[in-house]
Amino acid sequence: MSVTASAVREGFPQARPERVVNDFAIQVATVNGSGSQTANLVLLRSIFQMGVPVSGKNMFPSNIAGLPTWYTIRASSKGYIGRKKEVDFLVAMNPETAREDVLTLPPGAAAVYDEPLKLEALRRDVTFYPVPFDKLITPITHDAKLRRLVRNMIYGGVLAKLLSIDMGQMEKALRKQLGKKEKAIALNMSALQAGYAYADANLPKLDPFAIEPMNKTQGMILIEGNVSAAIGCLMAGVTFVGWYPITPSSSLCESLIDYLKKYRKDPETGKATYAVVQAEDEIAALGMVIGAGWVGARAMTSTSGPGISLMAEFAGLGYYTDAPAVIFDVQRVGPSTGLPTRTAQQDILSVAVLSHGDTKHPLLLPSSVSECYSMAIDAFDLAERLQTPVFVMSDLDLGMNTWMSHPFEYPKKPLDRGKRLDAATLARIGEFARYRDVDGDGIPYRTVPGDGLPAYFARGSGHNEKAQYSERADDYTNNLDRLARKFETARTLVPKPEIDMVRGARVGVIAYGTTHWAIVESRDELKAEHGLDVSYLRLRAFPFTREVFDFIDRCDRVYLVEQNRDAQMLGLLKMECTPAQFAKLGSIRHYIGLPIDGRSVTTELVKQEEGR
Amino acid sequence: MSTEPTVQPPAPGKKVNRIGLEPIAYRGGKTTLCAGCGHNAITERLIESFFELGVDPTQVIKLSGIGCSSKAPAYFLNSAHGFNSVHGRMPSIATGAVVANRKTIAVGISGDGDSGAIGIGQFVHLMRRNLPIVYVIEDNGCYGLTKGQFSPTADLGSTLKSGVVNDLPPIDTCALAIELGASFVARSFSGDTKQLKAILKAAISHRGTAMIDVISPCVTFNDHEGSTKSYSYVKDHDEPLADVSFIPYFEEVNVEYDPGATTEVMLHSGSRIRLTKMAEDYRPTDKMNALRLLHETMSRGEYATGILYIEPDKQDFIDLLGIVDEPLASLPETRTRPGKTALDEIMESFR
Repeated sequence: MSVTASAVREGFPQARPERVVNDFAIQVATVNGSGSQTANLVLLRSIFQMGVPVSGKNMFPSNIAGLPTWYTIRASSKGYIGRKKEVDFLVAMNPETAREDVLTLPPGAAAVYDEPLKLEALRRDVTFYPVPFDKLITPITHDAKLRRLVRNMIYGGVLAKLLSIDMGQMEKALRKQLGKKEKAIALNMSALQAGYAYADANLPKLDPFAIEPMNKTQGMILIEGNVSAAIGCLMAGVTFVGWYPITPSSSLCESLIDYLKKYRKDPETGKATYAVVQAEDEIAALGMVIGAGWVGARAMTSTSGPGISLMAEFAGLGYYTDAPAVIFDVQRVGPSTGLPTRTAQQDILSVAVLSHGDTKHPLLLPSSVSECYSMAIDAFDLAERLQTPVFVMSDLDLGMNTWMSHPFEYPKKPLDRGKRLDAATLARIGEFARYRDVDGDGIPYRTVPGDGLPAYFARGSGHNEKAQYSERADDYTNNLDRLARKFETARTLVPKPEIDMVRGARVGVIAYGTTHWAIVESRDELKAEHGLDVSYLRLRAFPFTREVFDFIDRCDRVYLVEQNRDAQMLGLLKMECTPAQFAKLGSIRHYIGLPIDGRSVTTELVKQEEGR
Repeated sequence: MSTEPTVQPPAPGKKVNRIGLEPIAYRGGKTTLCAGCGHNAITERLIESFFELGVDPTQVIKLSGIGCSSKAPAYFLNSAHGFNSVHGRMPSIATGAVVANRKTIAVGISGDGDSGAIGIGQFVHLMRRNLPIVYVIEDNGCYGLTKGQFSPTADLGSTLKSGVVNDLPPIDTCALAIELGASFVARSFSGDTKQLKAILKAAISHRGTAMIDVISPCVTFNDHEGSTKSYSYVKDHDEPLADVSFIPYFEEVNVEYDPGATTEVMLHSGSRIRLTKMAEDYRPTDKMNALRLLHETMSRGEYATGILYIEPDKQDFIDLLGIVDEPLASLPETRTRPGKTALDEIMESFR
């Protein structure tokens, strides 16, 4: 953008800047509850259908209607789908924020705005396109409520004209978005066409931004992480869901409920092969999941920060009774209620050791929608294999925003139901003791009610191998050491990191989750702008596997990049490092509530490298 | 495993029940509660009830929270799976377990602190759901395991051993349960062997939430003068509403009874509860009547005992969920993982 921007600053708007094709961000500023999401998704989908890599990020308030919301659509010919800091093309529909929205644009940007807002006087280095939305909507419908909702579709038409987005693709996207609602489709099409026609007749193109067809999205899908995780749970054969609504995780269980209704009816009886219970709070949600897991069901819940805090007590019970459970934490901004509709990676440390006493849990760290899917399946297998609660650490950015992805693959492995005792095993081991480490991997055999095998009494109080109440020091320590052994087994079973070791690179970066997308972009920037090669390790799970420590050994300096204030993952890593490894570790943190962007990583990493 | 166990031929001379099991099969570990604790009497009645009904102990799950009461599941039905969970949270563990395995017979043991204080949220919602479970509150009006503090069921004006007076009104778990939707609500006294056993048997045979508040004196911390949950106080203020007898579906009964003074309630299982009235206006299927009775007796400082309310045909939570007949927990992969066409269809919807 810098080249274009300086050209524009000289003598805008007379100068004709270079064209910027398929590499810019559109931001739509509206009030929430105004129906703008349909228009935004139609735009996003149209660009996607034209083969241009695209991502959509919704920055919305914790509110139902009337507060400012911003939707950003980023087109990137190189396929970057992380957040881009600068907005290139603004659609200013919200009178309350319009002034600041325009003032924060970089020079050379363009802005479509609602004519009565008279924004053109604010900047000389921005291209303005006034559009009389109220006038244009009047002939389309007489219904005042519909006018309010369809009005936003007009900017879709205006942008289609200004950015050369194919109107045929817009219609296709609209149909995809609205399904079979023909009346609504017709109404929205008129609004799109009205916008297009107005722009065609009244708005000569003065900005450099354009979409041109490419072939980089063929065969791909557009999907949110929460929906992807729901599909994962469905394919993992979940049989029990206990949940309590909380932003930003609700859409995970809600999508799952929809899929279960459709795909999990018994063909003969029409009855459900699953149960979903909306609990009275997150405590009960996890309690139900542990109860269901204890009797042998594949059980899950999903939540976010405040729910995690409430679940602490049961997380410890699950750990200490060796009960399987799958918990999705779609992280949002804390502390406390925090910013419920903003994103962060702030629960890492608290979830890793959630609950009092010596408790610790395996975490899976998806960075893409396809990992939301695959790690959901992994989580159920691991929870039953390890007989312990397993947490999948997603975040709002991943869970609620729209991402491109290759379609998900059908699972290759059968379900792993873990070490369930059967008659043959019982004969082999001689005697059933629920918490005896028969195989030396810390994972004992278990029975479930009704399986006809010996029963046991699970308890959160101190117990011996036979699950009997015990306060004896040796019983207590044996059990706790067995659980530690089990955690070592987990280390060998969790997904391994993804590593890109660059020959000759001295600097390494470790990141996880959605931070990945900023790293992808930042590594290219560091190479292109600073000639700096950076090796990269993407964590996919806790406990850390051997590869993580090898990676640190092979680098001179390692920056752990994450989206929280306190370098939480770095803290966990430091607990297991040698002093030599410890000394190599640095930190880059981002905690503004918005997804981390590549530029911020580049700037900070260069600053720290120069300051050495 | 089938729900109907194979009937074994009884060994000669041994006392066995209708499924061929001896009483020992229904016993548990040795109690570690105080000698004379009311809870031990309740445990004994549970053992007798399960034995006499001929319930297969391996089909039972025992659940509890934390407290003296919550230790009890270790003292009966050794061959049943059990889960002693965390304080006040037994209802959620029970909900998950019962929904995931609908073939189990769940018995939850809680206390007045466990259900009335820390766990009241979960208690309320379990009652509301009418989850099939026998839910026993072993109610002694105090926290025994932490040495005798007041619990939320302590009566107004009752005193601690130290003389401290309770100045807050009690929570009546029975009135609450009736109000919330439990379909079987009873109150009994750990010292009333006959009534308690009849109620427990009826509760085990009922489909839906059977909530029984059993006043169970704490001999160590709450059995003094000034306590309204002491043996002597409860004996003097116990007002049985009816003489409760339970007739299981598998027993023939030819005894004549006076229809004017007796009410019979047919349970879903085919078993019957016969109530020979002792109090005026006692109609166990009338919710308003039950609540009025509770309020009236409470205002007189009495405990109305017996089956207070019963709605034998109310849909339970399992019915509402519309789930398959087999336990969800044991469904094979072929029935829980959709085929590739399903995934393809889903993927297509996102293109």
